[in-house]
Amino acid sequence: MNQSETAGRVLVLIPALNEANSIGRLVDEVRGKHPEFDLLVVDDGSTDDSAETARKHGAIVLSHPFNLGDGAARQTGFFFARRCGYDYLVHLDGDSQHSPDQIDRLLEEVRSGRADLVVGSRFLGACEYELGLLKKIGIRLFSLICSLAIRQRLTDPTSGFRALNKKAIRLFTSGYYPQHYPDADVIISAHFNGLTIQEIPVTMSHSRSDSLHRGGKIIYYTYKMLLSTFVSILGDPYGRKRKCRPNK
Amino acid sequence: MPPKQIILAVVLSLGLLIFIIEAVRRRKLREEYAWLWLLIGAAILLLALWPGLLEFLTGLMGIELPINTVFFFGMMFVIFINLHFSIRVSQLTNQVKRLTQEIAFLKRLPPRDPPG
Repeated sequence: MNQSETAGRVLVLIPALNEANSIGRLVDEVRGKHPEFDLLVVDDGSTDDSAETARKHGAIVLSHPFNLGDGAARQTGFFFARRCGYDYLVHLDGDSQHSPDQIDRLLEEVRSGRADLVVGSRFLGACEYELGLLKKIGIRLFSLICSLAIRQRLTDPTSGFRALNKKAIRLFTSGYYPQHYPDADVIISAHFNGLTIQEIPVTMSHSRSDSLHRGGKIIYYTYKMLLSTFVSILGDPYGRKRKCRPNK
Repeated sequence: MPPKQIILAVVLSLGLLIFIIEAVRRRKLREEYAWLWLLIGAAILLLALWPGLLEFLTGLMGIELPINTVFFFGMMFVIFINLHFSIRVSQLTNQVKRLTQEIAFLKRLPPRDPPG
């Protein structure tokens, strides 16, 4: 039995939307570093060849017939992981801002049992690019809200580089997982559902397709995040019920 | 209330009720959405046939003109039914999301052997 089998099955998840130019390289990189892990690309209704490119490069591909949102794409991956019995899942963004070199560091935290949900933070580590002022203020604000809500210091709740164990996968596939912008609200609801959260430093490079928090979207994002963070703090009624049930 | 107004209100509410029931019968409107509309149709009919009720409600709420009571309830109904629709649209959005995820899972493609 090799090491990966004893350490549990791992799924690397990459949600992708119109990343045909870079997804092949990213898939190769992940598979080169970790041939022992399965790699799933969830194509969120791309209009280019992202799905076919990822598949050619050796990834398992799930395609949404139309665009649903970054959160829904991740959740599709979580469903896959749950049904196929994976023990751990690491997800990184499809735009190559997260380096596959650091998958091991995130995994180590969940494998050791120190955390159920591990978030890679660019502010604990190195951020290789300068963030816009609004984005910086936004991230600070949500870090603060998130840290206060879960009474634990968090620096980068918007990070899409995270590792989950089975408990977290189960929570995110049986309860609520936001369809769009799954950031601080996910962390808070995970906390209130009894998951241990840990943040570790990672390096992030500039992402090409980082248009998420720009323009009018920033207003909607702020509104959505404030509201969903607030209701997460109030408590997810389904989550609470689940918590009382003896699990496993 | 002048008889002309009463006739108009009765005809309108009866028309509305017939239209709703016919839509349900033709399966164009589901029963779970019909009840709100039936309720409003019945309310208009009741107020038309019983003008004293409108005057009583107007006095009860401290409104000067009965017509403003009608506007008030009309507005409340529109707000309520729109909220009801927003909730239903949200539910439908969630269901479409789940179905889409299921379709993606059912149609999953295994990796193709990389060339070379």
